[in-house]
Amino acid sequence: MLDKIQLQLLTEIADLHGVPEGAYNIRANGEKAARNTTANIDIVTKTDGKSGIDVHVKPGTKNESVHIPVVLSESGIKETVYNDFYIGEGADVVIVAGCGIHNCGNQDSQHDGVHRFFVGKNAKIRYVEKHYGEGDAKSSGKRILNPVTEVYQEEGSYVDMEMVQIKGVDSTERVTKAELAAGATMIVHERLMTHGQQSATSIYEVALNGDGSSTDVISRSVAKDESQQVFEAAIVGNAVCNGHAECDAIIMDKAHVVAVPKLDARNVDAALIHEAAIGKIAGDQLIKLMSLGLTEAEAEEQIIGGFLR
Amino acid sequence: MLELKNVTYQVTENNTSKNILDKMNLVIPDDKFIVITGPNGGGKSTLAKTIMGINPITEGQLIFDGQDITEKNITERAKLGISFAFQQPVHFKGIKVIDLLRLATGTNLSVAKACDYLSKVGLCAKEYIQREVNASLSGGELKRIEIATVLARGTKFSIFDEPEAGIDIWSFQNLIQVFENIRATIKGTVLIISHQERILNIADEIIVIENGKVKKQGPREEILPELLGTAAAINAGCSKLVPEEKKAEECDI
Repeated sequence: MLDKIQLQLLTEIADLHGVPEGAYNIRANGEKAARNTTANIDIVTKTDGKSGIDVHVKPGTKNESVHIPVVLSESGIKETVYNDFYIGEGADVVIVAGCGIHNCGNQDSQHDGVHRFFVGKNAKIRYVEKHYGEGDAKSSGKRILNPVTEVYQEEGSYVDMEMVQIKGVDSTERVTKAELAAGATMIVHERLMTHGQQSATSIYEVALNGDGSSTDVISRSVAKDESQQVFEAAIVGNAVCNGHAECDAIIMDKAHVVAVPKLDARNVDAALIHEAAIGKIAGDQLIKLMSLGLTEAEAEEQIIGGFLR
Repeated sequence: MLELKNVTYQVTENNTSKNILDKMNLVIPDDKFIVITGPNGGGKSTLAKTIMGINPITEGQLIFDGQDITEKNITERAKLGISFAFQQPVHFKGIKVIDLLRLATGTNLSVAKACDYLSKVGLCAKEYIQREVNASLSGGELKRIEIATVLARGTKFSIFDEPEAGIDIWSFQNLIQVFENIRATIKGTVLIISHQERILNIADEIIVIENGKVKKQGPREEILPELLGTAAAINAGCSKLVPEEKKAEECDI
């Protein structure tokens, strides 16, 4: 059973207030805490010696969801988990992953998740991944998350990814790689906020291999205090395709933000665009909200809240 | 009542200082519809920003309803009942029109109420309420939303800085009606900076600002004929009418 801290983490990362409906696999402190499968969605523990699960979604499955949250509430746990998702042709499902770390101890807690998605023809998935960390200010144990996501999209498939990490995670290095066949589409919305001494790196590499494939990678981030962020977006156009990457960052205090765009066109009909903007909160935005009666701190909160929505 | 006593706002550029507001003395009475006009660069917008607390003054005193607000910041003045519609509305990524109206009223305004405010400025409320206040809206649309935030606050002292600037001539016709409605229903003082004859026409009182000083102040009947004689106000106004693309179908008011 899950304890209070673990349930709190679940609320943060998966908006879950208890055990979810549909298929789920809850992993707590390195072990399986709960699992449920449905007629269309099967979850099996890996048997090849690696830690993790295989999730099989039957072709044509519609309007079902899979929750696979991970919570770490003991200090000093380090784990690498391999989760593979096989999405059948024409399926349309929502997958909610996420990792919550509660570390009050003095040892580092680290969760490295490797997620691979094999998305069948004309299948559609919405993937939500939230990261959250909490713990005592006094504890020296770090909360570390290094997610790797690989996406293999067959013809006409559609993947909508939402990656969220708002505060609490000390160190993260995220790598997302995708390969898209003809007519496939991948949309990524990343939202990130770092503070204190945190560091976050996010690297995207999307290969548009089939004609008519397209991607839109949008990152919005806020870097506070002395935190560091690196955003790298590489789009490779190997066919008649459309690619767009956008990195928008608000920098505050003594933070450091790096945006590295990379567009690699190998086809004359590859249309690739990159936009990047880094800057502090505009003074006139603060003035406008203050003229509505908000204090400067309240105005700042509203601006950041909207930006990261 | 708002009173400016000997107010100076000085800027320094290339080691030379200039008084944008120069020992200005001004009394703005309650519950009047007042239009401030005058040549560009004369200090009109600076005066408006000074009242809101955006420009900290170099010397002088501001008295609002008997209270010295010289040292009060923007937030404090807003809470005392001063509102300000920017000449160039601010963009916000991620903040929606309804969010801005809710912040303006300080309540969890219902969608229906928010729509009322948008209708008052001639916007088809349903199409706008959930849109982000960003560059996807046209200049005219942003301007109307800006005006709506001030209407939503409903304070006793509302300042509109050149509501006609950046609006195409067709939208402007509707905007005049917006201000005629404000004129008819207002409770409190409305201070509009404008060069437009049709706005000047509905003023109770007109103030002419030039070279950082009040050049003239008095009832419309007295000031407007003099201004029209010079034609300066109208010419200055026409130069501000910039055609813009109409991005969305707008309803009639």
